[in-house]
Amino acid sequence: MRTVLTAFVAGAALACVIAPSVAQKTAIPVTIDNFVFSPERLTVKVGTTVTWTNHDDIPHTVAAKERAFKSKVMDTDESFAFTFATPGEYTYFCSLHPHMTGTIVVEGTAGSGATQ
Amino acid sequence: MAPVKKDEILHDHNHDGIDRRGFLRCMAWAGTGALCVLEGGVLKSYALGHAGEMGGKISKGELTFMQISDSHMGFDKPANTDVIGTFKAAIDKINALPVAPEFILHTGDLTHLAAAEEFDALEQMLKDCRTKQVFYVPGEHDILNDNGAMYRDRFGRGTRGQGWFSFDQKGVHFVGLVNVQGVTEGGLGVLGGEQLDWLEKDLAPLSAETPLVVFAHVPLWMVYPKWGWGTDDGTKALALMKRFGSVTVLNGHIHQVMQKVEGNVAFHTARSTAFPQPAPGSAPSPGPMKVADDKLRSLLGIRNVTFKRGEQRLAVIDTPLQG
Repeated sequence: MRTVLTAFVAGAALACVIAPSVAQKTAIPVTIDNFVFSPERLTVKVGTTVTWTNHDDIPHTVAAKERAFKSKVMDTDESFAFTFATPGEYTYFCSLHPHMTGTIVVEGTAGSGATQ
Repeated sequence: MAPVKKDEILHDHNHDGIDRRGFLRCMAWAGTGALCVLEGGVLKSYALGHAGEMGGKISKGELTFMQISDSHMGFDKPANTDVIGTFKAAIDKINALPVAPEFILHTGDLTHLAAAEEFDALEQMLKDCRTKQVFYVPGEHDILNDNGAMYRDRFGRGTRGQGWFSFDQKGVHFVGLVNVQGVTEGGLGVLGGEQLDWLEKDLAPLSAETPLVVFAHVPLWMVYPKWGWGTDDGTKALALMKRFGSVTVLNGHIHQVMQKVEGNVAFHTARSTAFPQPAPGSAPSPGPMKVADDKLRSLLGIRNVTFKRGEQRLAVIDTPLQG
């Protein structure tokens, strides 16, 4: 988990340097409570880091439909962060409880996300 | 699948010409497990704590086995901070039976986080069980780090694909299925084409009179899709079993007893040895249900249901870990 987080944090920093005008500098949170991602649909600027945190007493994961990202298992109060360097609509789910779904909409031009 | 009225279980299904004595029923599911006794082709079940009520029946039985489920080794949240203790209580119940069951089926979620030490704990504890043979199918918690590689290496040796297999015991055909791999967004449990093809070939040589016991982690029937309690392609598996006169489906995952009979198929879910979950729709979500400490072990165990069917008495007597 730590390695993954570090890699994404580094990615976020790079994105900020190249596209400072569009990226959110602070991570946007998505919480998991009672088997629900909240907000279920989130719109961010390209280069933004989103952090998911599990508040349930049962582990969850975050897995993108198109495999753009996949967390390791998050036990209670553990988090996973991913920086969105490419615009688009990312639907994701919990691979343990696939009825749990969410969407991240990443806005921006393709050029502004060319940091990956 | 339409809900089946309770009294349909009392109906005779002889219209299909299949020998009624070949119809397996496994009607008792306790928090710690159930003991199934095949008597003259009829499978009856007894709760673990009621071994005395069975009298000499076990010794006359042709086949006895156990189902345990959802031991969640490594879980340490308030719903049960001592899953080791409750699992030990389950083993103690098995060891206290007058006759040792021939084998145990563990229907998945051996561990909470698929950690090596969690698998170790389960393995170590089962060494204290006098019944040594245990057949496993994985739950979603057992495969979450490595797609089940460690699970299969340690508990799925000799199985096929992601861990499915079959075996025969005294005329009963047992099939262990995996429905926690390859899930997709918005979906439920899934068996997948490869496994269904294997199942079709596995069942093909069997006569329709062969009793089937099919076990998998997630319920093969739609218990409560809103909470993910069902298997998307479960009906495809059940279609392959339609010609059989006796099919018993044993699942875990939902940590509570549910039963349903549809035609010749009897569905049962077992309770966990670790923590209870809420009844479908009775809480905002599934997950560990916190109860008072002195209530936990009784919730993990008790439920008595008795069906009477003609002259055959089909008892459902669940056993609490305590109380």
